[in-house]
Amino acid sequence: MKYVTEFREASLVQKTTQEIQRTVTQPWVLMEICGGQTHAIMRYGLDQMLPSQVELVHGPGCPVCVTSLELIDKALVIASQPEVIFTSFGDMLRVPGTGQDLFSVRANGGDVRVVYSPLDAVKIAQANPNCQVVFFAIGFETTAPANAMSVIQAKSLGLTNFSILASHVCVPPAIRAILGSPENRVQAFLAAGHVCAVMGYWQYLSISQEFNVPIVVTGFEPVDIAQGVLMAIRQLEQGRAEVENAYPRAVTLEGNRPAQTIIDQVFMTCDQKWRGIGTIPASGWCLKPEYSDFDAETRFQVQSIQTEESPVCIAGQILQGLKKPVDCPAFAVVCNPEHPLGATMVSSEGACAAYYSYGRQEVVEI
Amino acid sequence: MNSINKTTNKRIENGSNRNQEVIVDGAVCPLPLTHTKKIVMGHGGGGKMSQDLIKVTFLPPFDNPALRAGDDAGVVRTHANRETVISTDSHVVWPLFFPGGDIGKLAVCGTVNDIAMMGASPQYLTAGFILEEGLEVDILERIVASMKNSASEAGVQIVSGDTKVVQQGKVDGMFINTAGIGERPVSIHIGGSQAKPGDLVIVSGTVGDHGIAVLCARGDLGIESDITSDVAPLNGLVAAMLHASYLPKGGTGIHVLRDPTRGGLATSLNEIAAQSQVGILINEDAIPVQPAVMAACEMLGFDPLYIANEGKLIAIIAREYADLVLEVMRKTRYGEQSRIIGEVLGSPKGRVLMKTVIGSTRVVEVLSGEILPRIC
Repeated sequence: MKYVTEFREASLVQKTTQEIQRTVTQPWVLMEICGGQTHAIMRYGLDQMLPSQVELVHGPGCPVCVTSLELIDKALVIASQPEVIFTSFGDMLRVPGTGQDLFSVRANGGDVRVVYSPLDAVKIAQANPNCQVVFFAIGFETTAPANAMSVIQAKSLGLTNFSILASHVCVPPAIRAILGSPENRVQAFLAAGHVCAVMGYWQYLSISQEFNVPIVVTGFEPVDIAQGVLMAIRQLEQGRAEVENAYPRAVTLEGNRPAQTIIDQVFMTCDQKWRGIGTIPASGWCLKPEYSDFDAETRFQVQSIQTEESPVCIAGQILQGLKKPVDCPAFAVVCNPEHPLGATMVSSEGACAAYYSYGRQEVVEI
Repeated sequence: MNSINKTTNKRIENGSNRNQEVIVDGAVCPLPLTHTKKIVMGHGGGGKMSQDLIKVTFLPPFDNPALRAGDDAGVVRTHANRETVISTDSHVVWPLFFPGGDIGKLAVCGTVNDIAMMGASPQYLTAGFILEEGLEVDILERIVASMKNSASEAGVQIVSGDTKVVQQGKVDGMFINTAGIGERPVSIHIGGSQAKPGDLVIVSGTVGDHGIAVLCARGDLGIESDITSDVAPLNGLVAAMLHASYLPKGGTGIHVLRDPTRGGLATSLNEIAAQSQVGILINEDAIPVQPAVMAACEMLGFDPLYIANEGKLIAIIAREYADLVLEVMRKTRYGEQSRIIGEVLGSPKGRVLMKTVIGSTRVVEVLSGEILPRIC
């Protein structure tokens, strides 16, 4: 399959990992930002092919994992109401709130539906004028344009029965938060290719300069990730700290302008709570006042719900790259995808789920 | 890698306090959630949640040797030199018609295949219909005609049936249950626990076709494709394979047969590895997947290894018979694209490993809960 197969080519991966081997002279810690990258690294066993001096730690780029407990509790309250059709991306159904998850709401008679696009939720609202249709609008910069579009579309259709429960998060403030932490170990970042496809990578130039850290925009196939690692290691070994683009087939400096315009039209910057990490200033997007009619929080009066999570859950430390899933004594013992104890085990993009699914709980030797 | 492995092993050994709260640096990891109080969709997904439900809820009260074997069909000794193989399967697929098949064809083939996977020849089926009030009779007639065609092809007769009608909205058009029996000589010991180190693993064709075909037919993904379901009766293929592998002293060189339906290839191989207490190593490069199925999986974030098949089988065969059986399989209608995809190892017991396309090795896990809507 074009644009896929050639980026999984074993000989290319091997050539690149050999080049990494030749380049590296000392230990380095790299963070891949995106859960999709973590998943690919585990799925293809790429980390096993890297020299032992290169340590990959896993970043906060799993939208399901970082959505705050408080927001999930709000979703559960809304979804449990009669006459509500609650729509969501599939992964969110399994994320536990304080007491239950959306699957349980559905098993108890709630109308909870999985959609693959927020625009499908708008269609459901059109088809069900007597129901309130709510879309759980979570995610990074990647899902924001379509989520914004659903609001624009609902407004132009004059729909009064559609709203979104919005909690958008942005990558650059998260990188700043990680770098600003006194415990930080990360020496270079593989930036998330899909986020950069939307937003471009100009936002990372100042971060790289300010913190003197290499940032390489990286794709999701094994060849892409190996290339991103090689470019980051080269910078580290040569003492450079720049933003480089290892994913030029999808990413430009300025990004996708029309998508950015749609985001700007509907959303504005706000402080955001990240599950397991806490509030990061100016790290998210919420609806602008002119679209407040589409805000599910006000429509269903759930603003007052406040949930504090345990500050010591290891999921937060995993999301910041301070610990790895196998450092948790619960991992694969009492915590697994059927019975997740924390958000990072819930989402298929979560680091714990990636470790679990690809069998990192035990020794594999052939 | 080594340091990780050491750490984890230690943790796992220490983790004997299963089901107790786990202390993480003096505090409790929040949010333990189990779905033990109510049935959720994942219990029907064919993966680990389904297996747990069987183990905890069904097996203890019904316990007997045939059920305990954990195969797709129960085997009971009824004659001095023959065994009777019994299976049942309920079908709730939506939509009722999809490219390559319909609920009726699925209902006949599902039970025929479950019996064939024990190395038995299916003979008689029963069919139970649960119909929704308001269903067009014309639709029912088309489904019944399709069942007749599949039964004729498989050489089985439907000898008993039952009909119930329920209020509108209680089922999606219709649900069908089929049950069936077949026979096999006592010299055949095919079953999930018979895989042996050194055996080779064959798959009879491309994986993931059925699940993706049904998913596209539902129309809510906005994907149009020409992927058709592979639903087919496999008893003819199995008969040819048995014929090619008879041992001089009786019996067969085929050790395990399984049709990888819900949960897909990955889940079936894991079941076999657990039942036989062996390791299975497969080669990602060797697993046949149609390009269109691969493309749909890439877009939707699915792994074809976990997608349902309804006309494919996995065969685990003594190495010396593998080439012979493979040659015969490739000459049959439903086995043209058969390939050797891996081998059985002595260890790690109960585990499936895969050599990835980039040359490293990883574990292939069981499907965990629900990944797709109702597909069979």
